[in-house]
Amino acid sequence: MSTTVTKNPSSPAILEFKSSTFSVPVLVLSGSDVDLIQEQLERKISLAPEFFKNSPVVFDLQLLNKQGLCLDVATLVDILIKFKLLPIGIRGGTSGQVEIANSLHIPVYSIHNNLSQTEPFQQHNKIQTLPEQTGATLNTLINHPVRSGQRIYSAGDLTVAAQVSAGAEILAEGNIHVYGALRGRALAGVQGDINARIFCFDLQADLISIAGNYKISEDLDDNVRNKPVQIYLRENSLIIKDLV
Amino acid sequence: MARIIVVTSGKGGVGKTTTSAAIAMGLAKKGHKTAVIDFDVGLRNLDLIMGCERRVVYDFVNVINGEASLNQALIRDKHCDLLYVLPASQTRDKDALTQEGVGKILDDLSKDFKYIVCDSPAGIEKGAHLAMYFADDAFVITNPEVSSVRDSDRMLGILSSKSRRAEQNLEPIKEYLVLTRYSPERVRLGDMLSVDDVQDILSLHLLGVIPESKSVLSASNSGIPVILDEKSDAGQAYEDIVARYLGEERPHRFIDEKKGLFGKLFGGK
Repeated sequence: MSTTVTKNPSSPAILEFKSSTFSVPVLVLSGSDVDLIQEQLERKISLAPEFFKNSPVVFDLQLLNKQGLCLDVATLVDILIKFKLLPIGIRGGTSGQVEIANSLHIPVYSIHNNLSQTEPFQQHNKIQTLPEQTGATLNTLINHPVRSGQRIYSAGDLTVAAQVSAGAEILAEGNIHVYGALRGRALAGVQGDINARIFCFDLQADLISIAGNYKISEDLDDNVRNKPVQIYLRENSLIIKDLV
Repeated sequence: MARIIVVTSGKGGVGKTTTSAAIAMGLAKKGHKTAVIDFDVGLRNLDLIMGCERRVVYDFVNVINGEASLNQALIRDKHCDLLYVLPASQTRDKDALTQEGVGKILDDLSKDFKYIVCDSPAGIEKGAHLAMYFADDAFVITNPEVSSVRDSDRMLGILSSKSRRAEQNLEPIKEYLVLTRYSPERVRLGDMLSVDDVQDILSLHLLGVIPESKSVLSASNSGIPVILDEKSDAGQAYEDIVARYLGEERPHRFIDEKKGLFGKLFGGK
C-alpha cells in the first residue's frame, strides 16, 4: 500500500526530457593576455550591449592551446561574469582546464563542430590579430535559396550558392557572396568592418549595407542593376562596381 | 506507407482547394487509394468542391478529440471508390488542431492509403503549419502576380525550416510549383507575370500550369472536381500534373495562346 499521495505511481507525469537546439555565442580566444582580453571584450560588447547582456556564452580554447598559450579558466570565467555574460560551456580545453571547468560546474563540449549552417549570432572574437589566421576566417555556406522571411547570420563571411529572395535578409560580419540573384537585403560588416564587401551575381536587392552605410532599392541606379557587381565602402559612401 | 502531399500557398484564393480536389481525384482515378483532408477548420470548403457536403456527419476535429473513429468520419467519393474525404469542422477554429492529433490521424491513414492530400488553409499560422508539418511533398500553388509569388516564396522558406523533415534532418520536402489562373493573353499584354518570370523568382520545379478557365468555377459550383471535366483545358492540365507527379514525362501545355485553325495549320511555336 502506498502511504503518501506523492508516491502514487498512477499520478500523471509532470516532467519529461526533450531534445532542443539552441544557438549560443562562442567566444574563441587566440591570446592569453588577460588585460587584452578584458579590453577587447569591453569593446566588442559596447557594439551591442543589449545583445550581450546576460547572454549565455561558450568559450573555445582550442586556438589558444594550439599555440601553447595557457589561460586560467577560473580567471576567464570571472571576467566573463564581470561583463554580465553567463559562461555555460568550455570547448577545446586541455585536461587541466576541463578539470577546473568541472569544478566550476561548467559543462564541457566536444570540439567536433556540428553547428547548423544557419547558426545565428555566433561570435568569432579575434582577440589577437594574427596575420596567418586570415585564411581560417569563419565562413558560412548556404546551398539552398534563401526565401522571403528567412534570415541568415554569419559571424564571418557568408556565401550563398543560390538566390536570395525579396523579403529575405542575410547578414555577415565579414563579406557576402551571392552566386545567384540578390533580391533581398544584404548587410555585410555588421559589426563595423568597413572593409567588408558584397559580391553578387545579379543585383536586384531591396537593401545593401556595409558597416551600417546602406542604400535602398530606390537609390540603386539602373546601370548597376541585374548584373554581377561588387559593393564596397569608400569614404563612407557605397561604391557599386561591375565585376566583369 | 503513404506519401503525404500538402497543397499550400500562403495567399488565399489562389486555388488550393480546387487543386487538392483535382489531384486527389486524379491520383485515385489512376488506381491509388487516396485520402484528402481539409485543414481549413472553421472555413470548410473542400466538401463543397468535392460535392459531399450533404454527407458530412463527423469531421477532422471529432476524430482528433476521439469523438468519432476515422472510418466514421471518412466520406467515400461518389465518383471514385478509391477516394475518401475527411472534412473540416465548420463550427470550430484552428486551435482545435493539435500536432499530436494530426500526427496520429496521418499515421493511421498511412497504413491504409497510398496518398494523403492535405488541403492547407491560407496564411502561415497554426492551420497552415500543421497541414505542411508532416508532408513529404509540397504543391505550392501560385497565381502569376507579385503578391502571390512573394507569399509562395515565404511558404517555401517555412517548408524548408519548420517541417518535420527539416526538424529531424531528414531528406527535405520535395517542392513543386503549380501555376494557376494563367492567362497567356494577359501575359502578352503585360499585366500578368509569365511562367519564366515566376520560375525566375521562385526557382522551383514546375509541375504544371492551369489556365484561367470558366470550367473551374462551374465545376466548383456543381461540386465535381474539375479534373473529371475531361473536355476542359483546366481538367486536362490537372490530369497532366497528376501524371507528371507520378513520373510521366509530358510536355507543358496551356502556356502559349490558343491558335485558330489557321495558326494550328501553319503555326510554328
